Amino acid sequence: MQDSPQRIVIVGATSSIAEHCARLWAAKGKVALTLVGRDAGRLERMAADLRVRGAIVTSRTADFSDPRAIRALADAIVAEGVPQQVLIAHGSLPDQQQCQRDLDAAYEALDVNGVSPVLFAEAFAGHMEPAGGVITIIGSVAGDRGRRSNYVYGAAKGLVTRYAQGLQHRLAGSGSALKVVLVKPGPTATPMTAHLPQRGLAPVEQVARLIVDGSAAGKPVVYAPGKWALIMMVIRHLPAVVFNKMNI
Amino acid sequence: MVRVSSWGRLDSHEHDLVPLSDRDQAVRAVAGGRGLPQGNARSYGDVCLNPDGRLWRMTGLDRFIAFDPASGRLRCEAGVLLRDIQRMSIAHGWLLPVTPGTQMITVGGAIANDVHGKNHHVLGSFGDHVLGLRLARTDGRVIDCGPDREGDWFAATIGGMGLTGVVVEAELQLRRVAGPWLVTDTVPYRNLDEFFQLADTSETGWEQTVSWVDCLSGIGRGLFFRANLAEIPDRIAQSGRKPKRVPFVPPVSLVNGLSLRAFNEAYFRANTLKAGYAVAHFEKYTYPLDNLHDWNRMYGPRGFYQYQSVVPRAAGRAAIEAMLAAIKASGQGSFLAVLKTFGDRAGRGMMSFPRPGVTLALDFPNRGASTAALFERLDAIVRDAGGRIYAAKDARMPRDLFESGYPRLAEFLQYRDPGISSAMSRRLIGS
Repeated sequence: MQDSPQRIVIVGATSSIAEHCARLWAAKGKVALTLVGRDAGRLERMAADLRVRGAIVTSRTADFSDPRAIRALADAIVAEGVPQQVLIAHGSLPDQQQCQRDLDAAYEALDVNGVSPVLFAEAFAGHMEPAGGVITIIGSVAGDRGRRSNYVYGAAKGLVTRYAQGLQHRLAGSGSALKVVLVKPGPTATPMTAHLPQRGLAPVEQVARLIVDGSAAGKPVVYAPGKWALIMMVIRHLPAVVFNKMNI
Repeated sequence: MVRVSSWGRLDSHEHDLVPLSDRDQAVRAVAGGRGLPQGNARSYGDVCLNPDGRLWRMTGLDRFIAFDPASGRLRCEAGVLLRDIQRMSIAHGWLLPVTPGTQMITVGGAIANDVHGKNHHVLGSFGDHVLGLRLARTDGRVIDCGPDREGDWFAATIGGMGLTGVVVEAELQLRRVAGPWLVTDTVPYRNLDEFFQLADTSETGWEQTVSWVDCLSGIGRGLFFRANLAEIPDRIAQSGRKPKRVPFVPPVSLVNGLSLRAFNEAYFRANTLKAGYAVAHFEKYTYPLDNLHDWNRMYGPRGFYQYQSVVPRAAGRAAIEAMLAAIKASGQGSFLAVLKTFGDRAGRGMMSFPRPGVTLALDFPNRGASTAALFERLDAIVRDAGGRIYAAKDARMPRDLFESGYPRLAEFLQYRDPGISSAMSRRLIGS
């Protein structure tokens, strides 16, 4: 394996965090990246960039909400060689108010941020369990406790959190060398948050660095940046009488 | 709306910030819109600001498109940082031919300001190494231009302050290097005669020349720095130094008459002691301040100006002397004072700043009326000498000096995009 490049699959590759992770992996050299996304044009532009940065790159488009399509895609990727690393990074930040009014919006937010990432992880886990490797799933600090400002998104990320715990438990029991890394980024400066005040947003390069390093180390949970581990511990343990007075 | 300020931090204004992250989307976003492209906002003044208007933030357009390690030709999106180009290309034995004193700027910004570096007398300015660029206009037109095609559009866009359209991608010619190392030489000089003598004798034999001038000395003492690429075949990308940060904005400028006098004295003495040859990594030598993040905070809450002028060589000696005397008399100025001669070549752009002559650049903490009064004295010297002021640094030059300094202005205005406007264009062009 030392002579063949490390195979890395990135689902939701055109997200800003995923793209910066891909650049860090490419800079290490000797990696073969498979990019999975929705927009073929954007995937190809990203692939060209990563080739200049030294990676071998292929890209595939996918339907992110169809369980059969997810299974077929994972099988097809694995047929070309079992990956050592899978990063599942797709998602979108929904408008909480809209989700409260419009159940279609709520359903879509739950699907793309919760159900779909879980199905992708499950589709790869079975293939990777024998040889081992790392599956990294991007959750969120929002999944640690439901809050009025974004609880539909938080619920989807909470689903991802429970799923990752369960998969970690299963793999620990089977003695597999497959690790599951759950990343919980705080608010990050990406094109999606450029319209917000930039104070307190973590640079996307820093978050990507923590994801890549945390994945290499096989950590069960990575808060990015690390300060969120402390902040969320406090928030998780606040009694309801205090918590309910907070407008967060 | 988001509050945005430029590198000088003189003030901040609300902007409708629209991040562009895909080059096809960028062309569509610009078509029919009104706004101003902004790169990494490292310009000091108002060339990159559009208060109460739209800013197309280009830093998300940061993908390489193609690189040929045999020829050194690179195609990339306009928001790529010069740092990211060099960290990629050094592994293949290539670097950018021309960079300014920071590599934390975008390709689009480098084109829009036709930036220059320490090697102007050998390699010209950034625009001299642009093989082509794609310009998206607000009327929906996309213009591919270069020195060999649509040459007028190209000449208008190089140094065009972002006003001819939005540069979405560019092709650059990199230059072959053995590795990242430079052979450097530091020579103290005691007055302007010695400076000009050093500048003239160093033009042949030294590719990079620049000098630090002690703006409080009044006599033009300083340190002359010259460097060449070293033939050391080693391609590590980074210098390995750890970045530091100015952690907060101090309540008053840390740069004042007292601190400056002590600092300049210490700096001159320390470098006089260690004058002579050395070997340095290009990142450390060429971009020392890139390692001190947010250094612009040290000028305090009122921010700072940079005043950079170039005067023709014939008038240069007297003009520089007069400017240094005016600065000394005012008791203002800063540690960051650069004196350099340009080579005998004009830029490719209609509005390019570099021209044959000698350029002086200084930071000034903003002290309101007294700073403005000093600038008026400096303006008069530049005006009399037939010089010009650098738009990338400017927040306040008078309109007549802009017009006299840039004689191709009327020609340039034919290529302006009517949907694009900046605080600077409204101030200096009227729209």
